[in-house]
Amino acid sequence: MENIIQLRSVNKWFGEFHVLKDINFSVSEKEKVVICGPSGSGKSTLIRCINRLEEHQKGSIIVDGMTLDENTKNISAIRSEVGMVFQQFNLFPHLSILENCTLAQIWVKKKTKNESEKLAMDYLRKVQIDDQALKFPGQLSGGQQQRAAIARALCMEPKIMLFDEPTSALDPEMIKEVLDVMVDLAKGGMTMCVVTHEMGFAKEVADRVVFMDEGNIVEEKKTSDFFENPENERTKLFLSQIL
Amino acid sequence: MRSLNFIKTRFFSSPIDAFLTLSISYLIYLTIPPFINWVLIDATFYGETKKDCIDGGACWVFIKIWFTKLLYGLYPSEEIWRINFAFAILIISIVIYKYLNQKLKKYLFLFLVIPFPIFSLVLFSGGVFGLSPVDTREWGGLFLTLVISIFAIIFCFPIGILLAMGRRSNLPVIKYFSIGFIEFWRGVPLITVLFMAGVMFPLLLPSGTNLDKLVRVIIAITLFEAAYMAEVVRGGLQAVGRGQYDASKAIGMGYWKSHIFIILPQALKLVIPGIANTFIALFKDTPLVFVVGLLEILGMVNLAKTNPYWLGMATEGYVFVAFVYWIFCFAMSRYSLSIEKKLKITN
Ligand SMILES: Nc1ncnc2c1ncn2[C@@H]1O[C@H](COP(=O)(O)OP(=O)(O)OP(=O)(O)O)[C@@H](O)[C@H]1O
Ligand SMILES: [Mg+2]
Repeated sequence: MENIIQLRSVNKWFGEFHVLKDINFSVSEKEKVVICGPSGSGKSTLIRCINRLEEHQKGSIIVDGMTLDENTKNISAIRSEVGMVFQQFNLFPHLSILENCTLAQIWVKKKTKNESEKLAMDYLRKVQIDDQALKFPGQLSGGQQQRAAIARALCMEPKIMLFDEPTSALDPEMIKEVLDVMVDLAKGGMTMCVVTHEMGFAKEVADRVVFMDEGNIVEEKKTSDFFENPENERTKLFLSQIL
Repeated sequence: MRSLNFIKTRFFSSPIDAFLTLSISYLIYLTIPPFINWVLIDATFYGETKKDCIDGGACWVFIKIWFTKLLYGLYPSEEIWRINFAFAILIISIVIYKYLNQKLKKYLFLFLVIPFPIFSLVLFSGGVFGLSPVDTREWGGLFLTLVISIFAIIFCFPIGILLAMGRRSNLPVIKYFSIGFIEFWRGVPLITVLFMAGVMFPLLLPSGTNLDKLVRVIIAITLFEAAYMAEVVRGGLQAVGRGQYDASKAIGMGYWKSHIFIILPQALKLVIPGIANTFIALFKDTPLVFVVGLLEILGMVNLAKTNPYWLGMATEGYVFVAFVYWIFCFAMSRYSLSIEKKLKITN
């Protein structure tokens, strides 16, 4: 199958600090990949490179046939195909939930207000917060905010969705409502890269699990193999701590 | 009984409190009644000349006789309707503003910020449409105060925002230009800037070219205040979290769109008190234009008090000017508070 995301020997430094060390990583269309690993291992940095929220210094990243480099045209084209959901939701606090979802449709995709509101309401209904559309982010619970953030990303009709620990900032009772939305999305055939420590979610939807440590991908396996016979010592240790 | 108790706990709870309460009361007693006597009770309101002021209080006749000059400077009296007309439009617009719906509000705001100032300038200076020309040397008084401060405020705000963004830019040329610009203007006193704009600048221009003195002064004040505005806005930009930048990039918004729709609305809201402060300071800096011979309201008082028939009227003049300045500054301060409150409600 065609790889929609392709990273070849990607290296990144923060000053002297080598965060990503010669990463080779690919995702094919409709595939769901879960990335896990200890704190500081470079998981966030890796997925932030995919939509160029971080620049890599060596190697190549190709997303949907477009190479990520200095070319700003490619960057904005790629960003309109890649949606991202953050640990801290990052909704725009001065705009209503509905406006959060329509802003980029109107100003990036040049849609009319009516069109974009209609699509926004469709996605808000999908994540079951259409009744909250006119509220401001600060008036919603964490779980509702994260679902709104997912809807905002979906409104751009991306081909790929990136999730960076979407449930880590949530109270336990809200984790499920967000994971349910993500499971639905996965079943709908979205290509997904998810940084998470929710191993239940990984077992349920992931095709593949990637384990990172200190800037390296140390283990990468089909989901069932990853949980049943991990080879790397660090993976084993990590799994024993988390499961 | 309760109010007695209240007074006791609030004002006399310890010997130091009691001492402060008593001494401040005494100070108020010493200053306020004589001032009220002077301003109102012993003051003279009716009359035509200084000789009518015989009651020993303030001689408000002075302000009355000079009132037109204090408001309009030396603007020809048969043309004063132009100023009144423009300010009437401005005041009416401000009054009806809050009764309009969102869309009309936007149009009215745009009208007030772009076409209206241009229209007013043309109207004030004349020379077209059969209006007789009025040289800016004849502009003065409160009218001049308002022209200078309104134009400087309209221009310094966007320039300040651009400089603040420039200072945070990744492009070295823009970044160091902004830093240099801001630090230069913050480092020089306004009075020297005005002097340069008024006196030195024309010497640098090739002879024959001429830029109106008032325009030069407004440009100088604008650039000076823009540097302060930039630092205020930068404070706001720094307070907007990195997550907001990430999120707006991730949904495909470029640099300008992110700033216009996401970053600046949040940043500016955080620094409304600082912005109001800068505007008030700008307004109060306008009397300094006397160094280039422009006479706004304080300048007109200084002129009037040297009139042989009105010698010795400095106190009345200064009290009056202080009062006028206070009204405007207080209004600005209340207005900024009301915006702050309104924005808090929506969040
Ligand atoms: N902007 C930055 N500047 C400098 N160092 C950074 C920056 N962002 C991240 N780092 C460092 O890079 C390393 C990897 O960070 P990253 O956020 O990718 O880790 P992570 O695997 O996502 O960890 P976590 O599970 O805590 O989110 C960390 O040591 C972090 O301190
Ligand atoms: Mg992370």
